Amino acid sequence: MASLNWFKYASPVAFFPLAGRMIPWFSWAAAILTAVGLYIGLVMAPTDFQQGEAYRIIFIHVPTAWMSMFLYVVMACWSALALGFGTRLSAMMAQAIAPTGALMTFVALWTGAFWGRPTWGTYWAWDARMTSELILLFLYLGVIALRNAIDDPRRADRACAVLSLVGVVNIPIIYFSVKWWNTLHQGSSVSMTAAPQMAAIMVTGMLVMSFAAWFYAIAVVLARLRTIMIDRERGAAWVAGLPEVRNA
Amino acid sequence: MSEFFAMGGYGFYVWTAYAALAVVLVLEVLAVRARRRAVVEEARLSGPESTTIAPGGNA
Repeated sequence: MASLNWFKYASPVAFFPLAGRMIPWFSWAAAILTAVGLYIGLVMAPTDFQQGEAYRIIFIHVPTAWMSMFLYVVMACWSALALGFGTRLSAMMAQAIAPTGALMTFVALWTGAFWGRPTWGTYWAWDARMTSELILLFLYLGVIALRNAIDDPRRADRACAVLSLVGVVNIPIIYFSVKWWNTLHQGSSVSMTAAPQMAAIMVTGMLVMSFAAWFYAIAVVLARLRTIMIDRERGAAWVAGLPEVRNA
Repeated sequence: MSEFFAMGGYGFYVWTAYAALAVVLVLEVLAVRARRRAVVEEARLSGPESTTIAPGGNA
C-alpha cells in the first residue's frame, strides 16, 4: 500500500536521517533568501514618503510577526495529533517548535517597539495588537516552562498539548485585532483580496524575507528536533547505533 | 556609506531592530549546537544496555 510510506516517517528512527538530510537545504535556502531580501529591503527599495528610512524595519518585523503566529498554529496541530493518536514524533515536533516560536515573537515585539518609537512616538502601547502578541510570547514561554516542570516526558507531552490547544484562541485575536478594535497599530499592509497598499518592490522584499524566515524556522526546528530525539530515545538501540554517538 | 548607516536619522532604531534579530538567530543556532553536543555525549555514556533502567524511557 502506497499510503504506508507516509507512516514510515512517523517513526523517529526513519525521520531522524531524513531530517538530517533536509537541514542543509533549508539552511542554504534561508541564507540565500535572506541575502536577496536584505538587498531588496535595504538597498533597492525607495525611501518611504511618510516614514523616511524608519519603515525599513518592516522587512524583519512583518516576517517575524507572521512566523510567530504560523509557528503557534503548526505547534498546536502537532499537539492535537500527539493528543489524539499518542504519536511520539508529533509531540517532539511540537516541543521543537516552541523555542523558535518564542524567539520569533520576541523579535516581532522588539522590532515593533523600535519602529513605533520614531513613527508613533512610543515604544509600547497596550493596544489590542501588541497586548495579544505579548500574550502569545507568554503562551510560548508557558508551554516551555510546563514541559520543564514535568519529569515524565509522556505526561509533559499531554499537558503541553492541552495548553497549546487552549492558546490557539489567541491567534485569531492577534490577526483580527486591528479590525475588531481601534488600535494604534495599523491594519494589514498585504491582503489576499485587495491590491497591496505598498510599492511592489517593498512587498517583494517583505515576501522574500518571509520565505527566508520560513526556511530558517524549518531548518532550526529540524535541528532541535534531532537533539530532542536523541535525548528522549536515549537508550534505544537506534540512538546507540548512530555514527555520531558511536564514534564520539 | 555613512549615509546608508545613518538611515536618514533613523539609524538607531533601524539597526537596533536588525541587530536584535541577528543576535537572536546566532544565539539560537549556537544553543541548538551546544544542546546537540550535550545529548550526544549523554547518549554515548548511557549506551544501549541501560534501556531497561532508563527513567521515563519510552523506547
